[in-house]
Amino acid sequence: MTTAIRAELTKQGHRSASWLLLGIGTLLTVTFGYLVPYVGLSDGSAARGLDAMLPGNFVGAAVGGLPVFVGALALIFGVLVAGSEYGYETWKAVLVQDPSRVRVYTAKLATIAAGTLTGVLVLFTATALCSVGVASLEDQAIVWPSAVDIATGLGGAWLMATMWAALGVALAIVLRSVALPIGLGLVWMLAVQNLLAAIAAPLVPAIADLQKYLPGPNAGALAASLGASPQAPGVDAIVGAGHATIAVAAYLVAFCGIGGWLLHRRDIT
Amino acid sequence: MSFAVETTKLTKRYGSTPAVDQLSITVREGEVYGFLGPNGAGKTTTLRMLLGLIRPTSGSLTLFGERPRGLARVGALIEGPTFYPYLSGRTNLRVLADHAGVSRRRVDEVLELVDLTDRAAEVFRTYSLGMKQRLGLAAVLLKDPDLLILDEPTNGLDPAGMADMRQTIRRLAEDGRTVLLSSHLLAEVEQICDRVGVLHKGKLLIETTVAELTSGGGSLRVTATPADTAYTVLTAVVGADHVHADNEVFELDVPATEAARINAELVAAGVSVSELRWLQPALEDMFLQLTGVES
Repeated sequence: MTTAIRAELTKQGHRSASWLLLGIGTLLTVTFGYLVPYVGLSDGSAARGLDAMLPGNFVGAAVGGLPVFVGALALIFGVLVAGSEYGYETWKAVLVQDPSRVRVYTAKLATIAAGTLTGVLVLFTATALCSVGVASLEDQAIVWPSAVDIATGLGGAWLMATMWAALGVALAIVLRSVALPIGLGLVWMLAVQNLLAAIAAPLVPAIADLQKYLPGPNAGALAASLGASPQAPGVDAIVGAGHATIAVAAYLVAFCGIGGWLLHRRDIT
Repeated sequence: MSFAVETTKLTKRYGSTPAVDQLSITVREGEVYGFLGPNGAGKTTTLRMLLGLIRPTSGSLTLFGERPRGLARVGALIEGPTFYPYLSGRTNLRVLADHAGVSRRRVDEVLELVDLTDRAAEVFRTYSLGMKQRLGLAAVLLKDPDLLILDEPTNGLDPAGMADMRQTIRRLAEDGRTVLLSSHLLAEVEQICDRVGVLHKGKLLIETTVAELTSGGGSLRVTATPADTAYTVLTAVVGADHVHADNEVFELDVPATEAARINAELVAAGVSVSELRWLQPALEDMFLQLTGVES
């Protein structure tokens, strides 16, 4: 298993797209978490206060993008990890070397977990550095959150990112490609989720109730519980932290299960 | 006799259409076995079933006498070499070595075997087709396998590449490995293989040695002038039904042992003989004959 994971990590580590996704996620988080609000603060028209950009709240800034745009990037990463084997027609090359699909699939899941952990650590580092920068520029004291809050934030962020990446893996295996899973995944995350939350839920009570069991709103609630600004897209405390955590974890298990089951039972043609 | 591969009534259906139908073949250890058939005959589907990529609808198969529980003794190349285009040749092999559970040190050994060491650092997408095929063969050899399953191994190669690949396959067989290869190139199977299974529309038409397959038939080619005198003599000697004339060229359905007598008769009649040659029956003719019977 160790060598299978090393194989998957080698594939992703040498792939510029993986690093590009990480760079875009970090850039977006820093831009909308610090750069734009800080410019607004300087103009005196800031919607977000200075407190949100100080070190005490960097965890919230780091996780704020995960319900939607950073989550979408994690989904793309998941699609690339699994779907590229269809695109490059390399499943057969891998499975004639190691016919255990369970082992190969588990190595892929370990790889997306490692990839999302790397991404989350980079986001936390970037937002922490930005928060120190803002505190220095504004002559504010540097007061960090407690270690427990940071660890909880890291764990929650990792859970959300891995859940979205696992959705990408499952979509890639269901659709046996790269482009269509990315397209459909992004439509769901960027359009359908917003339509349901902004238009359908206020009009139809059943959809409002359904929101409590969908992955996006639960990720949004989990991010909110970790301190993300409610002004960030998708961040809304519609359920409690415990409910959101269990729902996101359940979706993670379900997505992993669906992908594994299909890969196991289908022919590789 | 021990078999590297044995299938019994192996069947794969897609809906009601059989891609492979009740296929029973045996590949003996140490031989080069050719799986021959036109495109769509079911060759690749069969090879994929042997490798566990496709599940049979019914029937059974064994590798080295056992139901396959892994592919530790098998190296395979199915439908051309596929690799990660953004990785170098060497990194691609390292990835596959990791999947195979083989030491990465083996990578440099197989690169040396296929003469790709100098180009191993280059990105796969820049490789020529011949280099890709050689890298594919290197991947096949990573596990130092006892059985090589090669699907159309010379497909897309230029004549020099084809000759090189055929030579390599024979060399691997001489090292004691069993080779099962599929091909739609009849001459290729004739050159490389010890035994052959002819597949058509998913069914095995015949399984035999290449020598047995080509032992029947054949003809004696005679080029002689003047053509009308030659035709008269030949029809008198072997019978008109056995003479196929095309101007000065005649093909005679006679045993090879008749050549000397026919030459003497022609010369005695004042005919000038410029060619007298025994033509081996082409495997292609055999194949068309077999599939013609089937259809």
